[in-house]
Amino acid sequence: MNANGGSTLTLERRRVPLIDGIDKVTGRARYTADLDHAGALIGRIFRSPVSHGEILKLDISKARALDGVFAVVTGDDCPHTYGVLPVTMNEYPMARGRVRYRGEPVAAVAAIDAATAQRALGLIDCEIRELPAYYTSADARAPGAVLLHDNKPGNLEREVHHIFGDLAAGFAQADLVREETINCAEVNHAQIEPHAALAEFDPASGRLTMQSVSQVGYYLHLMLARCLELDESRISIIKPFVVGGFGARVEVLNFEIVTALLAKAVGGKVLMELTREENFLTHRARPQTDVRLKLGIKRDGRLTACECEAIQRGGAYAGYGIVTILYAGALLQGLYDIPAIKYDGYRVYANLPPCGAMRGHGSVDTRHTFECLLDRMARELGLDPFAVRRVNLLQAPTRTMNDLMINSYGLAECLDKVERASRWKERRGKLGPGKGLGMACSHYVSGAAKPIHWTGEPHAVVHLKLDFDGSITALTGAADIGQGSSTMVAISVAETLGVSLDRIRVVAGDSALTPKDNGAYSSRITFMVGNAAIDAARNLKAMLIEAAARKLEARSEDIECAGETFRVGSGAQSSLTFDEVAKAALVDVGAHTVKGTFTCPPEAQGGKHKGGAVGSTMGFSYAAQVVEVTVAEDTGIVKVDKVWTALDCGRAINPLAVEGQIEGSVWMGMGQAMSEETRYLDGLPAHASLLEYRVPTISESPPFEVLIVESNDLFGPFGAKEASEGALAGFPPALVNAIANAIGVDLDELPVTPDRLMEALVERRRAQRRGAMRKAAS
Amino acid sequence: MAVGYPQPKKQILRLNLNGRWREDAVADNQLLIEYLRNIARLTGTKTGCDGGECGACTVLVDGQPMSSCITLAVRCEGRSVETIEGLTEQGRLHRLQQAFHEKLGAQCGFCTPGMIMSAEALLRHNPHPSDDAIRDALSGNLCRCTGYVKIIESVRAAAEAVP
Repeated sequence: MNANGGSTLTLERRRVPLIDGIDKVTGRARYTADLDHAGALIGRIFRSPVSHGEILKLDISKARALDGVFAVVTGDDCPHTYGVLPVTMNEYPMARGRVRYRGEPVAAVAAIDAATAQRALGLIDCEIRELPAYYTSADARAPGAVLLHDNKPGNLEREVHHIFGDLAAGFAQADLVREETINCAEVNHAQIEPHAALAEFDPASGRLTMQSVSQVGYYLHLMLARCLELDESRISIIKPFVVGGFGARVEVLNFEIVTALLAKAVGGKVLMELTREENFLTHRARPQTDVRLKLGIKRDGRLTACECEAIQRGGAYAGYGIVTILYAGALLQGLYDIPAIKYDGYRVYANLPPCGAMRGHGSVDTRHTFECLLDRMARELGLDPFAVRRVNLLQAPTRTMNDLMINSYGLAECLDKVERASRWKERRGKLGPGKGLGMACSHYVSGAAKPIHWTGEPHAVVHLKLDFDGSITALTGAADIGQGSSTMVAISVAETLGVSLDRIRVVAGDSALTPKDNGAYSSRITFMVGNAAIDAARNLKAMLIEAAARKLEARSEDIECAGETFRVGSGAQSSLTFDEVAKAALVDVGAHTVKGTFTCPPEAQGGKHKGGAVGSTMGFSYAAQVVEVTVAEDTGIVKVDKVWTALDCGRAINPLAVEGQIEGSVWMGMGQAMSEETRYLDGLPAHASLLEYRVPTISESPPFEVLIVESNDLFGPFGAKEASEGALAGFPPALVNAIANAIGVDLDELPVTPDRLMEALVERRRAQRRGAMRKAAS
Repeated sequence: MAVGYPQPKKQILRLNLNGRWREDAVADNQLLIEYLRNIARLTGTKTGCDGGECGACTVLVDGQPMSSCITLAVRCEGRSVETIEGLTEQGRLHRLQQAFHEKLGAQCGFCTPGMIMSAEALLRHNPHPSDDAIRDALSGNLCRCTGYVKIIESVRAAAEAVP
């Protein structure tokens, strides 16, 4: 195992602004839609008007004949499926024979301008025989329901049944057993940059160049080769500035392949920009989920058993579905010490746009249910919510029952910090009417230890180029999507070499230049790419020290390297600057590129049980948070007054960026908890704009106090773990627990909109009246 | 441009863009954002939605923040239009740009130009805004990365900096 416990930050700890930040604040940063698309044709997609049906006729002749139209492509032009998991590719870029959701691409046009392309769409003659469509998991699973995919009986993409430990014994030992069912709405990434792609195909060379919004250029590369029947070596994927992401662009998206198909058809350049409405149809976000959870606890709060069933409405195609439903169960573990766990997961097909990965992938809705139920049971037993978490803490290092490695575990400190900062003990229950405090914990992986595509390569590779000018260029395939990964690479290299940060340039995400990277997902970049960057910098440093030794006629072990100065021993009679050493290092060999790698060892890659790789990681982040609310019982409006979040990120390589990630993820959890949901009316999205899909505005967003906990992970780069996802899942339960504390109402649905809260209050009044009447009658 | 279809009428639009007067032929139905991005080639102003939802396209027209995606270009005849590109003077960052950079008010950066233009409009008429005033002024600008914490810090820091 390549432990990095020995490396320490040598430079003064700084809050480092993003190395590409100036481009962003000046408007110079070019996102996909900003690229030079002179001469490009404009692509538009013809979409299915029905939720489920057989295509009886698709006549594109009139569209093709329209003046200004250069190509029309349909499912006939691509007989290949695509998808993120090699085993579940059941989707075509454009429907072939059958449509399974309203808005599914059926055909596409490349024309001289948007107006002409739009006009051409209107000339496409498509006849569809409608089939029964299902918009809920229950309807899709009902006996006799038409199958969306013939090989998937019961419209189930995947069932998961895992049991760890002795469940019956666990529940038998419990002093209190309770069960709860909680429903969480489908939510959307709603990244502010709409999807866009610019594809250029050169028929003379047979090469395709693709610039797109992808978080994982490597997947896009593979799928374009597959769907366009191109040799992988003839494809270039270049990442422009790309917007977070949050999982929206991990999977290859249909419009990216469609754009490339159009470019190939016209033998030129095609720009595709999706509308916001189309973004909601092309979303791959967190599925609507019903969670039924049963917990057993002892009188002192110790957990004895956990039984969980999750049903996810996954949409019309597989996408990431298997991984999402596995994560929902796998990450029941790794946060607390629970002796017995049973998990049953069902990923269901429905006639809606396919879901996929979203920040906190798979774990958020089950964690929400768990933290709500645990809080309710603590209340029943008269235990403090902090106390009930503290008696269930794990001891690191350990392995969970499902074989996940836990090497560092800062949850106890997270609990202490938010308890103190929020003045929980002094203030809880004393805030006055309508006010309350709630808390919850959460965790997340620092990168999936087993990559989806098993190729035998290292999990991350970074190249460092040293040239005559003394500059160091870090080459990485890791996609910076605003999370600051390129800055992290620069800091890791600078710290390891002991050189100034501005000596480092980072080139990221150009398949012709940068080594392949598995991409921006599962919060893997800091851990994996950071370690690879450190490895590369160490290799470069060894080379520089040898060059200094040659030049100073000393032994390399006698060379001391302090900042950008190299000198012999302690005598310091002779020393060299970095530039002098760099020049010496190039003598005879010229410009140098050294390499660093990182690989998660097999023992980190999860259990041997089916699906055991999901949830595996080299390091979990841990978070605890407290939410303070004011609830207006006459309107149902909940105001979040303040949030305190502590997150164990191992080591904050850049505290500024760590804070930004924690604030952003907690806030995203707030959106899911309070206002965000996508609903469909007969398969038509009813929230397909940023007015109807209610992302919290700055006015509704509370002050956040972020507290960083550094458990110094044995294997993390400089001890670091992830910081971008771990805190998200704690917000929704902390909010629901705070509302319960404020007004004594337990809510079983997300988001907690005013109408849902009013409904719960009305129901409580009814129940109170019924109780009073019964009392009067007896 | 495809032939054989009626094209919208064009007229000469004269406006002051980032301190310089210019004239361009624009169609009557052309949106200000299309003019800025496609004719003036200033791509700092972004499209994030289907019209007036997200604030990413905010520019200043005669000093007032406007959504350029729901403003006709021809409505700006004779007026002054300021975009994010106009804030930088001879490569020197404007105090809001400096603050958004240093305080991490920009993560992915896509909402940033619109956010900064809204904040600039605020600071021009309220040089020392309270946090509530900052929240009010920026409530039409959505950000999906930051939770707005560092955006408020950035505006506050810019207000405290010497202009």
